[in-house]
Amino acid sequence: MRQVAIYGKGGIGKSTTTQNLTAGLGEMGKKIMIVGCDPKADSTRLVLGGLAQKTVLDTLREEGEDIDLDFIMKNGYADIRCVESGGPEPGVGCAGRGIITSINLLEQLGAYTDDLDYVFYDVLGDVVCGGFAMPIREGKAQEIYIVASGEMMALYAANNISKGIQKYANTGGVRLGGIICNSRKVDGEAELVSAFAKELGSQMIHFVPRDNMVQRAEIHKKTVIDYDPTVNQADEYRALAKKIDGNDMFVIPKPMKQERLEELLMEHGIMDI
Amino acid sequence: MSVAEKVLDQYSSRVYKNRKTHIVEINNNENENQIAANVRTIPGIMTQRGCCYAGCKGVVLGPIKDALQIVHGPIGCSYYAWGTRRHKGKNAEGVDNYLQYSFSTDMQEPDVVFGGEKKLKKAIDEAMELFHPSTIMICSTCPVGLIGDDIHAVAKWAEEKHNIKCIAFSCEGYKGVSQSAGHHIANNQLMKFIIGEGDRKIESKFSVNILGEYNIGGDGWETERILKRIGYEVVSVFTGDSSIEDLKNAHQANLSLVQCHRSINYIAEMIETKYGVPWMKVNFIGVKGTIETLRNIAKYFDNEELTKRTEEVIADELEKIIDDIEYYKTKLKGKTAALYVGGSRSHHYQTLLHDFGVSTVLAGYEFAHRDEYEGREILPFVKEDADSKNIESISVEPDPEKYHLYLQKEVLEKLRDEKLLSYYGGMAKEMEAGTYMVDDLNHFETEEFLKLLKPDIFFSGIKDKFVAQKSGILSRQLHSYDYSGPYSGFRGAVNFARDITMGIYTPAWSFIKAPWKTAPILTGTLGGEQAC
Repeated sequence: MRQVAIYGKGGIGKSTTTQNLTAGLGEMGKKIMIVGCDPKADSTRLVLGGLAQKTVLDTLREEGEDIDLDFIMKNGYADIRCVESGGPEPGVGCAGRGIITSINLLEQLGAYTDDLDYVFYDVLGDVVCGGFAMPIREGKAQEIYIVASGEMMALYAANNISKGIQKYANTGGVRLGGIICNSRKVDGEAELVSAFAKELGSQMIHFVPRDNMVQRAEIHKKTVIDYDPTVNQADEYRALAKKIDGNDMFVIPKPMKQERLEELLMEHGIMDI
Repeated sequence: MSVAEKVLDQYSSRVYKNRKTHIVEINNNENENQIAANVRTIPGIMTQRGCCYAGCKGVVLGPIKDALQIVHGPIGCSYYAWGTRRHKGKNAEGVDNYLQYSFSTDMQEPDVVFGGEKKLKKAIDEAMELFHPSTIMICSTCPVGLIGDDIHAVAKWAEEKHNIKCIAFSCEGYKGVSQSAGHHIANNQLMKFIIGEGDRKIESKFSVNILGEYNIGGDGWETERILKRIGYEVVSVFTGDSSIEDLKNAHQANLSLVQCHRSINYIAEMIETKYGVPWMKVNFIGVKGTIETLRNIAKYFDNEELTKRTEEVIADELEKIIDDIEYYKTKLKGKTAALYVGGSRSHHYQTLLHDFGVSTVLAGYEFAHRDEYEGREILPFVKEDADSKNIESISVEPDPEKYHLYLQKEVLEKLRDEKLLSYYGGMAKEMEAGTYMVDDLNHFETEEFLKLLKPDIFFSGIKDKFVAQKSGILSRQLHSYDYSGPYSGFRGAVNFARDITMGIYTPAWSFIKAPWKTAPILTGTLGGEQAC
């Protein structure tokens, strides 16, 4: 079982990428579980066709400790198992603690069965506190992919997340598998993100071009492969899935100092804009 | 090598450098008994200090009998504050008494994740339904601060919904460096929301507040008994056996008596600024201390009849205890003591010990600031650090309607110059040369100093009492008085001497040897042969 965590700046397309990518893996016949680690609980909407299951934490709150796995896990496209951790409404409580609670509960309930090829964690935005680092601590996810684009703030965030990975890499054994470039059609984007990934000691594992097809599929509550398997974008996600399935480059990232990051952006012209 | 050097010698250089500034050999140092206090404890050192919540809920608020105090957090913080401090309270007609209860929201994991405000509101609703209190206090514990529950908004909600007084205290345990931060937070809220609201008729012009008296083992009752005998009207006691109604009227008194300076000095000063009531440091612990205090109070009120009555009461009280005092003196004279308590008691009890000819070889405070050691004259030189700046400090203005002065301004100034008012001299000045003053004494230093100084009695608290006691040194708790008291005033002095004498002349623990002192507890072989 490969446990994979997807991180990246808020709004960069982590959930969209994760679901389209897992659809690609699912099409290949892999057995997959997605664990959404975002209080908004919107990480599995496309795989489930909009059908929302109850979140782990809501169920815990209402049912107490006596929870059946069926309550909180639903199968979607290509039999992908979907779980949403859930969490408090904005501004109250502690969402980080919620993720820790939720993952512990999933383990106790036996959600991690041996027949699974992949478990994907889709984690909210930056790693703001210990709770959001939970999937990469204590030997859960062993590999991480960061979703980024050629925009400055996306790369800042990716660099910060690498610092988090480096911290846990020595104790937990977690490694960076690569940067997924989710294109925003910025000039020289592929080169910049490649150079950035290389500087970290990693790779840009795939360049996902911007395509309105993704938007269209989302409106229909579907992944691209599910909505129209014949379009170009479906092939892009299949390619990403294949690269991840065959990936053997797992590194402890070397995050950059602020100055070096800015230098890199300068070299690729992004600071001129 | 001096005793202090011998203790410090076993530390690493970094710890040595730090702890050295907290240990003072009286009058045998280069900087006039200056001591480091109210700063962070070094991580890893077994300190005896408590937390901010302990100072707020445990010390200052706990003794208020008719305020229903809900501890918002997991159950432990409330459970361990339940009935352990022996602040006594009497039932009174028309006044609720919640001292026997422990109220908690018993926060659980889902409350941490989703926020605990709903549960807190439910707890308040339940408390209203069951007890109908007129005042509810909410004390927050660590997780509440971490997840940001807005307890002040909940307090406002409760006031509107239930038409009661509800005050929230953000006294999360991690705030500040010791329980001292909690005293400050409690003081601020009592000043903001309670003091000044009452309009009870005050009968006597000889009216006083007793501040910093928590009625441990009934101390406050003995103090009040003496004051009332002389003819004083006790308007309020902060906060031993007190009711909210008493506290509301504190501004109407003509003088505030400050027993525990550390925990209540903020209120003492703010009442003076806002309402004109001056404060005087007193000490009702010890016969000599009590007599001096009573004479000082009479001096302030400056009334012939009152002064006469004061002397009569002193003479009468003394006559009743003198035989006991003389007897116990013969038993205790020449003994030595070490004290490690609180932020005031280590000073007060030296006076009482002195009454019986017991000398102090070491005294220390857990959470005092430099003024309790060196006197208030050093206040302008105390450097505020980030830890103390982090605790809210409020300021007040004179109240145009309620401000009143009992004495003329010039007379007040004169009494201040004489250091009778607004002054506390601290502990160091009254300690003998060559004795030790130690701040934030820890377990290691306690054991080492006891071995080297060999006092007959060690006064401390529950955390370190048994280390001393089981090694054969008499140890009494001065936080809770074990199961005894009162120790204040005239009768209290006799109680105290009786307890100490009983202990010293029943040295049961010194007859017992720990098993590992006579036989090895490890056995082993080396190469097949018995090694140890």
